[in-house]
Amino acid sequence: MAIEVESRTPVHDEDGRAVEELVLNVGPAHPSTHGVCRIIAHLDGEVVTRAEPVIGYLHRGIEKMAENRTYLQIVPLTDRLDYVGSMYANWAYCRAVERLAGIGVPERAEYLRVITCELQRIASHMMSIGSTGADTGAFTMFVYAFDVRERVVELFEALTGSRLTYCYVRPGGVAADAPEGWLDDVRRVVGEMPARLAELDRLFFGNVIARGRLKGVGVLDVATAVAWGASGPVARGSGVGWDLRKSDTYSLYPRFDFDVPVGERGDAYDRARVRLWESVESCRIIEQALDQIEPGHVHAPGLPRLLKPRPGDAYDHIESARGSLGVYLVSDGSPRPYRMKVRSPAFCNLALLPLLAPGHTISDLVVILGSLDPVFGEVDR
Amino acid sequence: MALVDRIGKSLTGAPLVLTNVDALIDWSRGQSLWAMPMGTACCAMELIAASFSKFDFDRLGSFPRPDPRHTDVMIVAGTITRRMAPAVKRLWEQMPEPKYCIAMGNCAVSGGIFYYDTYSVVRGVDEFLPVDVYLGGCPPRPEALQDAVLQLRELVRSRSIAEGREYDRDYTLPLPGGDRAGTTDPGRAEAAGVLAGGTPESGDET
Amino acid sequence: MNIDELREHLCGTYPDLCPLFSIEFGDGVLIVDRGRYWSAAKDLKDLGFDRLGMITAVDGVDDFEIVARVTAREMGAHIFLKTHVPRDEPAIETLTDLWPAADWQEREVYDLFGISFRGHPDMRRILLPDDWVGHPLRKDYRDERIIRRPDYI
Repeated sequence: MAIEVESRTPVHDEDGRAVEELVLNVGPAHPSTHGVCRIIAHLDGEVVTRAEPVIGYLHRGIEKMAENRTYLQIVPLTDRLDYVGSMYANWAYCRAVERLAGIGVPERAEYLRVITCELQRIASHMMSIGSTGADTGAFTMFVYAFDVRERVVELFEALTGSRLTYCYVRPGGVAADAPEGWLDDVRRVVGEMPARLAELDRLFFGNVIARGRLKGVGVLDVATAVAWGASGPVARGSGVGWDLRKSDTYSLYPRFDFDVPVGERGDAYDRARVRLWESVESCRIIEQALDQIEPGHVHAPGLPRLLKPRPGDAYDHIESARGSLGVYLVSDGSPRPYRMKVRSPAFCNLALLPLLAPGHTISDLVVILGSLDPVFGEVDR
Repeated sequence: MALVDRIGKSLTGAPLVLTNVDALIDWSRGQSLWAMPMGTACCAMELIAASFSKFDFDRLGSFPRPDPRHTDVMIVAGTITRRMAPAVKRLWEQMPEPKYCIAMGNCAVSGGIFYYDTYSVVRGVDEFLPVDVYLGGCPPRPEALQDAVLQLRELVRSRSIAEGREYDRDYTLPLPGGDRAGTTDPGRAEAAGVLAGGTPESGDET
Repeated sequence: MNIDELREHLCGTYPDLCPLFSIEFGDGVLIVDRGRYWSAAKDLKDLGFDRLGMITAVDGVDDFEIVARVTAREMGAHIFLKTHVPRDEPAIETLTDLWPAADWQEREVYDLFGISFRGHPDMRRILLPDDWVGHPLRKDYRDERIIRRPDYI
C-alpha cells in the first residue's frame, strides 16, 4: 500500500515535471520471510533515500514475564527469543544464571553444549543464507540450504524430542545425556557437511547473478560497525575480527583449533559468505569435540530445582549466530529474577539499516535486511 | 439447497447430474488450497519446513503465496501481538471469499506459552478471525500442519460453495486506544485522513 | 586483560574513579552518581572502551538504576557503568554522542521504563505502539489485560 505525500521542496527533472518523493510502507507482512518488520521507505523513483525500520510487532513482553517465573521456568521462554537458534539462546541464559548462582557445570555437559551450539549455528546460518538466496530470486538455494538444516534438525529431534524449541540447555548442565549412537550420527552428518557447504558455495556464491545482486550492496565500514555495536557476521563481514569465542574464551573454546572467517568489503556478499564459512568452521569444532568428549555427568549433581541465588546482578554472553547474545540478570534472593534483560545482537544490528539502505534500490533494501539477519523474536522480545 | 441444484432442477426437472458437478467443484477446491503464510514467530519456521523438500506441501496442492488475494487459506503461525493484529485483520479482509483460516501453534490457538503475564499478546487468533482448524503444538510438526490441511480439505468438501459463510459473531478486536477504525497503525489512520480529503500532518511517517 | 589489570589501568589514568570501582560476580563495576555519568562514560571511551554492549534499567523501589556495559576490544576488557536516577525525575544524559549504538538501546529504556535521555536525537517509543499508555517494565505498572500466572511452587 503506497501513500503519496507531498514533499516539502518539489524537485523538477529535466523536462520540468515536478518529482515527488514516494513513501512506501513495506508492511509487517511482506513476501521476504524475515519476520515481522515494517520498513518505511522514502523513495526517489526506485532509489531509497531513507529507510526506517519499525519494530515491535512481535513484542511479547518476555522480560516482564521472566519476573514471574522461576529460573528454570524461564528456559522455555529463552527458546522463543531467537527461535532459529534456541540452543545458544538457552545457553546464554544458563551461563548468566550459573554466574549469578555460582554453579559449576560438568565437563561432559559443556561438551554437549558446545556440540549442540555449533550444530545450531550451522542450522541458523543455513536459514540465513537460504533467505538471502530467496531474496535475490534463487529459490532453489533456499530449498538446498533447508535440506542441510533438516539434517541438523533431525539430530536435534533425536536428542531432545523437538525440532525447533528444545529447552535442552538448563542451568547446571543439559537436560539429558545423548542417546546411544547419537554421537556417531553427529559424526556422520558433520563429516558429509563440508562437501555440501562447498557445493552451496559454488552454486550460489559462484553464480554471476548472485554476485551481481550481493556485491557492493549495503557496504558497512569498520568504524561504523564498531561505533554502532554491530557484532557477529555483520561486523566480521566488514573486517572487524571480533568473535567472543576467541576474544572472551568462554566455555571450552580454548581447547579447539578453529579460524574465524573475516570479510573485506563489508557488503552483503561478504556477510553471507562469512556465514557459510563459519558453518564449515563449526564442523571442525564439532569433530574435535567429538574426539575429546568423555563419559560423565550431564547435570551438576545436587543442584536444587528451585534456585535461589544470592542478591546481585550478573551478565554473561555467548557468540551466537547473529553476534554477541547476552543476558543480564538481577536477583533479589528469591526464586524469581528481579529483572532479566536480553542483549539481543539482532536488535543492535538492525539499527544499521537506516545507514546502509540509502542509495540502493528497493529490491536491494530487502537484500540488505536479509544480510543483517534479524530474527524478530530476539529483536522484539 | 445448492445453487447449482436449483438451476439444474429448473432446467431439467431432475437434479441428478448437476448434484455431482457441485460435489466435483467442492472436491477440486479442496485439492488446491493455496495458503497465505502469516508466519510471525517460531511456527513460521515449521511452516517453511513443511513447504520444502522433506515434507513438501505442493503434493497436497497447497502452495504458499504471499499475496492475500491469490489464496484460499490463511495459516496464522506464531504469536499475534496487539500491534500486529490490525495488520492480520486487514490481510484477512483482503482475501476473497470463500476463505478459511488455520490457527497453527499454541500461540495462535490460545496465546500458548505467552498466556500469562504479558501485556501485549492476543490470546488466540480467534479473538478476531473465524478459525476453521486449530492446530496445537509448540511448534507443531510439519506433518501435523499437513494433517491440518487435510482436515481442512474435508471441511471444504463438506461445505458447499453456494451456501456461503456465516460468521456467528462479530469479530472485532478491542485495541488499546481505539476501535477498529482508529487502529494503532499510524499508516492506516493517515491514509484514512488523506482519503477523507484532509492533508497529512507532516511529510514524514512516525 | 583481567579484572585486576583493568583496575590498575583505570586507577592509574583516572584516580578519582578508582574508589567507585568494584568487582561483582567477576565483572568490573563502576558506580557513579548522576552528575558524573556522562563524564565517566567519556573517560571510559578515552581509555579505550570503544564498543557499547547495552544500556538498560532496573526498577529499584525508590529509584531507577541505569546500567550500561562497555567493552574494549583491544584490551579485551568489559566494565559496567551504573548510576541511579530518582523516580520522580527520570531523566539523564544520552550517550549517543559517544557511542551511536546507544540510540536504539535508550529508546527501548524510554519505552519500557519511561526514563528520558536528554539530547537523544529521536526520543520515542520503539517496541510498543506510539499510543500506548504506561511503561510496562516498571514494577507499579498495572494493566487489566494481564493475567497473572498462578503460584504453583
